[in-house]
Amino acid sequence: MHFLKLISRNTLRHKLRTGLTVLGLVVAILAFGLLRTVVDAWYAGAENASSTRLVTRSSISLVFQLPINYQERIRKIPGVSAISHANWFGGVYITEKNFFPQFAVNEKTYFDLYPEYLIPPAEMKAFRADRKGCVIGRKLADTYGFKVGDTIPLRGTIYPGAWSFTVRAIYDGAEAGTDTSQLFFHWDYLNETLKKTITRRSNHVGVYIIQISDADRAAEISTEIDALFKNSLAETLTETEKAFQLGFVAMTEAIVVAIRIVSFVVIFIILAVMANTMAMTARERIGEYATLKALGFGPRFLTGLIYGESLAIALAGAVIGILLTFPVAHAFSKQVGTLFPVFGVSLETVFMQIAAAIAVGFIAAVMPALRASRVSIVEGLRHIG
Amino acid sequence: MENASKSIVEIRQLTKSYRRGGQVVPVLTNISFDIMPGDFIALMGPSGSGKSTLLNLIAGIDKPDSGSLKVNGIDIALLSEAELADWRAANVGFIFQFYNLMPVLTAFENVELPLLLTTLSRNQRQERVELALSMVGLTDRMAHYPSELSGGQQQRVAIARAFITDPLILVADEPTGDLDRVSADDILAMLARLNSEMGKTIIMVTHDPHAAKSAHSIRHLEKGKLDVTPQQ
Repeated sequence: MHFLKLISRNTLRHKLRTGLTVLGLVVAILAFGLLRTVVDAWYAGAENASSTRLVTRSSISLVFQLPINYQERIRKIPGVSAISHANWFGGVYITEKNFFPQFAVNEKTYFDLYPEYLIPPAEMKAFRADRKGCVIGRKLADTYGFKVGDTIPLRGTIYPGAWSFTVRAIYDGAEAGTDTSQLFFHWDYLNETLKKTITRRSNHVGVYIIQISDADRAAEISTEIDALFKNSLAETLTETEKAFQLGFVAMTEAIVVAIRIVSFVVIFIILAVMANTMAMTARERIGEYATLKALGFGPRFLTGLIYGESLAIALAGAVIGILLTFPVAHAFSKQVGTLFPVFGVSLETVFMQIAAAIAVGFIAAVMPALRASRVSIVEGLRHIG
Repeated sequence: MENASKSIVEIRQLTKSYRRGGQVVPVLTNISFDIMPGDFIALMGPSGSGKSTLLNLIAGIDKPDSGSLKVNGIDIALLSEAELADWRAANVGFIFQFYNLMPVLTAFENVELPLLLTTLSRNQRQERVELALSMVGLTDRMAHYPSELSGGQQQRVAIARAFITDPLILVADEPTGDLDRVSADDILAMLARLNSEMGKTIIMVTHDPHAAKSAHSIRHLEKGKLDVTPQQ
């Protein structure tokens, strides 16, 4: 009882010092959580990828497209249960700042491969019936205030020209990690336009999305697909959806690594601050530790006091920091709009924040605790008076 | 040499030196003397004479270089650090010049502190602490923190903390050194009462001849050597 009393009262002994240290911890834990969430958002696409979906693209680069007639040849491969295709459109909505992904898809087959996109049947019917219609995700609709019936004008970059699509359906995500920041429209509409404007680019798709019946055969089927088009003018590269998504992350790996490093640097800095606080605290109390030792309290009691105080400060900072991470992450997500389709503080991040705080509290107390346990009583008593 | 068989503290050929800046400085040289149960002795001497060092050795918070130091038959110079800690908790009550109270604990909690190392229940501890604080006249100050007490009151709390475990010996290092005359007399009277009424053996280091008069005998230390001046 006295042990906990001593810890709690010692913690609040220098209110300003403790307050400032807790504040530092709050900022560090918050920054750490936010940076980890950014890293998670980077990997969100890969994390939410299906293990039974393959993506086939040009083996040279995503920039190069594949002929539409590959579709039927791929469909015949044993193990392939469904196939669809998509083209990255890359249009600009008013300004470049308003980034969100747009795809021209096969409206008849694409959504069967993505059961996680929940579209009301009536809206889906309306979308399929309107060649200039589009389906948008809930996050995209909320971000820009789009409603069913609204027209979304896009300035084409990869496919030049002024394009406009009528919102016919809004999809929700089946899971929290489902990307609802996208826009899908009819590939047929794109293709017909291209036939009139840039004929050589018509009848091509960006990627094929292939549903397989057995996830364990993903590697085998991928090899079969690529073998089918080997030595052709447009060789393919087939991989799982997860590998495909990770390929995008790999392009920006340096940024992710930098963010990761910064997140740990933040923790290291607060560790130094915390260690300094605990060192000052222990130095000031050497006389008290010597008195406790003289009274018969052992080194374990003293180290327990120091570790307890350090962990109490660290956990106070962690609790406030974690509680603040959620609203700050939400505000950050709003600020960046659809740049990160999925942006949420994961349970794993919260655990990492707690672990970081415990590590800081523990490591910061190591030297002061060692010093207190080793201090000679006679030497320590000289510090009083 | 007094009758060693009855002594509570038996010191033989005790030597202690410190190392300062690579040099060995002798502090106590071949000290031998005994303290009888119920004695109240004052250790006096100029600064650096070794009186506090001798007190620290008797209290088991420092170790001699050579010689033997038996308290109630136990040679404490041979005990390990952990054994010494347990021994101190059971046998020694400390009274320091600057009281050495825990500033974050109340008077009650400070006095209760040594009892946490015993097997007493919470109720038993409470009874003892209340009795001890009433004996030092601080019943109405139990919930006060040291910063809310005068120097004399803080020293009374420290005295209550020193005798709460009913130790064999009380060691007091300049117990009146930080107090005004009135408070000092009050503390000395309290120590005298502990000695006469409770039979506590008290060893007190002091510079103050007036304080030393409270003791039964005065031991003078001069350059690490002892002589004895019995009180009239």
